[in-house]
Amino acid sequence: MHIVVCVKQVPDTKVIKINPKTNTLDRRGVPSILNPYDTHAVQEAVHLKQQYGGKVSVLSMGPPQATAVIKKSIEIGADEGYLISDRAFAGADTLATSYALTKALEKISKTSPIDMVFCGKHAIDGDTGQVGPGIAKRLDIPPITNISAITKVTKDYVELQRKLQDGYAYIRSTLPCLITIEKEINEIEYASFPNMLKAVHFQPVVWSVDHLENVDRKQLGLKGSPTVVGKMFAPPKQEGGHRLEGTPEEQVKQLVEVLKDKQDLFHVNKS
Amino acid sequence: MSEQHRGIWVFAEVNDGTIAGVSLELLGVGRVLADKLDVPLAGVLLGENITPLSEQLIHYGADEVYVIDDPVLKDYRTEPFLAGMGKLARMYVPEIILYGATPNGKDIASAIATDLKTGLTADCTMLDVNVEKRLLEASRPAFGGNIMATILCKKHRPQMATVRPKVMKSLPADPARKGTVIEEKLQMKEEEIRTKVLEIIKGPGKSVDLEGADVIVCGGKGMGDEQGFQLIHQLADTIGASVGGTRDAVEAGWLSHDHQVGQTGETVTPKIYFAIGVSGAIQHTVGMKNSEMIIAINKDPDAPIFDIATYGMVGDAREILPVMIKAFDERLRENEVVSHA
Repeated sequence: MHIVVCVKQVPDTKVIKINPKTNTLDRRGVPSILNPYDTHAVQEAVHLKQQYGGKVSVLSMGPPQATAVIKKSIEIGADEGYLISDRAFAGADTLATSYALTKALEKISKTSPIDMVFCGKHAIDGDTGQVGPGIAKRLDIPPITNISAITKVTKDYVELQRKLQDGYAYIRSTLPCLITIEKEINEIEYASFPNMLKAVHFQPVVWSVDHLENVDRKQLGLKGSPTVVGKMFAPPKQEGGHRLEGTPEEQVKQLVEVLKDKQDLFHVNKS
Repeated sequence: MSEQHRGIWVFAEVNDGTIAGVSLELLGVGRVLADKLDVPLAGVLLGENITPLSEQLIHYGADEVYVIDDPVLKDYRTEPFLAGMGKLARMYVPEIILYGATPNGKDIASAIATDLKTGLTADCTMLDVNVEKRLLEASRPAFGGNIMATILCKKHRPQMATVRPKVMKSLPADPARKGTVIEEKLQMKEEEIRTKVLEIIKGPGKSVDLEGADVIVCGGKGMGDEQGFQLIHQLADTIGASVGGTRDAVEAGWLSHDHQVGQTGETVTPKIYFAIGVSGAIQHTVGMKNSEMIIAINKDPDAPIFDIATYGMVGDAREILPVMIKAFDERLRENEVVSHA
C-alpha cells in the first residue's frame, strides 16, 4: 500500500500577534510548524503501513524552508519526501494549490502507484479545507472528508468513519481515494531514535515547475488563483456593555444581583 | 465569465428530511444580496423524497427552487452531489452560490469550485455585494487573529462562499410567499458511485453539548495553566453549565477539541456565556458573539472581549472565580431550600 500525505508548513497561529495600531500581522519571531492536522495524517499513514505494509510518502509545496516539515514527517515514520518549490507556485489560492499538488502526485504515481492520498482536515493558517477535495476532483478519485477513524483496509476498498455535525457516517470507498483527517483519529507518538536520526540527514526530492509534466502554467500561483484579498480591516466595533466596579467581592455581588432573574437557567449540582 | 451568469443560489442542506438551519440563514442574507443585485434568489435541493421541502425554501425567501430528487442522493456523498450541482450550475449559470460551512457544505463547495474552476472563500462571517461590479464581497477572520479579510473573485463565475452557521439571520417564514420549482434529473446509476454509506449514527458523536446549552462557561489563555483552568470546571459544575474553551486553551491541552468555541470550533448562542480569561480575538468571538448575554472577566481593561460583553469585570480571573463560585453556590443552595420548603 502506497499512501501519500500532503503536508503544509504553517506559521504557528498560537503565537501570531496583531499590531493593534496598524491591524497588520506581526510575524516577527513566529515559528513555522507542520500543520497539526497533517501531523495526525502522517501518523495515521504510518500506522497503516505498520499494519498492512507498503510505504508512506509526503508531499509539500512551499519555499525551500518547507523541507523542515518533510523532515518532521520522516521523524514520525514516513519513508519518502517530495517538495515542489518554485516561484511560479507563489501566491496560489486553494484552486491553484490543488492543481500544483495534483501534478506532483501524478508524477509520483508514475513510478509508484498511489492507493490513498491523505490531507489534514484543514491548515491552521487558512482554515479552508478546500485543497483535499480539489485534488480528488482533479485526480478523479472519491474524496471523503473529516475522517475520524479508518476501520477496515483491504486491497480494493477502505471503510471509514466520517465525522458529521451531529454524529458519524460509516463509508466504504473503493481505492484509490483521498481522505482528510480529523485530529481525533490518533495520538501522536514519540519519534523513534532511528527515525529521528534518519530525519536529520534526510533530503527530500525537490521539483521545480520544469520537473512536472503537462503543466498549464496559467493555472499556477497567483495567475491561476481566482480569489484575491480585497482588503483587510478591523472587525466592526461593538458598543461595550456595563462594567462592574470594585473589589472581586463587590463585582461578584453586583453580578449575582443582575443574574437574579436568570437563575432558572442554573442547575444546582446535586452531587 | 460572461454576462449570462445571473442569480444567487443557496445550497440547501438536508439532514433527516429537515433543512439545516444554516441554509435558511443563507436564504436570509441571500435575499438581501439578491435584492441589491436585482436578481432572483434560488434554493438548490438535492436528495431523495425532498421535493416537498421546496415550499419551505420559498417561505424563507427563495424565488426559485432547483430540485433533483433521486435515490442516489439519499445520503450525502461527494460524487453524486457534485454531479447534480455541477449539472445545474452549468445549465442555469448563477453568479453566486452560497453554502453552509458544515462538513457536507464545505465538502461539496470545494469539489464544485474545482469542477467549475472558480474561486471559493471559506468560513465567511460577513457578505455583501458591490452592485456596480457585481462582485461578492466575502469577509472572514484571517490568520486566527483580530483582523478581517475581504476576498473577491473578480474574473470567474460563479463566485462562491461557505458561511459559518448561526452568523447570519434567517427571515421569518412567510407562508404566503410563492415561487417556482424547477425539477431536473440526474443520470447516475448507483453502480457508478465509488462510495457507499454503510450506516449513519446520530448524536453520540458528540460528548459535549455546546450547541444546545443555555449557559456556557468558557475559559481562555488567561487561566494560566491546567490547574487554573480547573476553576472553569468548578464554576460550570456549580451552576450546571457546559464548559467551552478558546483555541489557545484547547491547543494548550487543557481540554479536548470538542469544547472549542470559535472559527475552528463550535458556534454557540446560549442565553448566558461566561468568557473568562478570554481576550476576545475574532477567531473566538465569531463563535459566540450572538449569545444573549455575555459576561467577561479579563485583567486587561482594553481586551476586545469587553466590546461585546454585556457585563465586564476587570481583574484576575483566578481571584474573582473562587469568590464567584462561592457566591453562586450559596445563592443556589438557598433557592433550593426555599423551593423545597
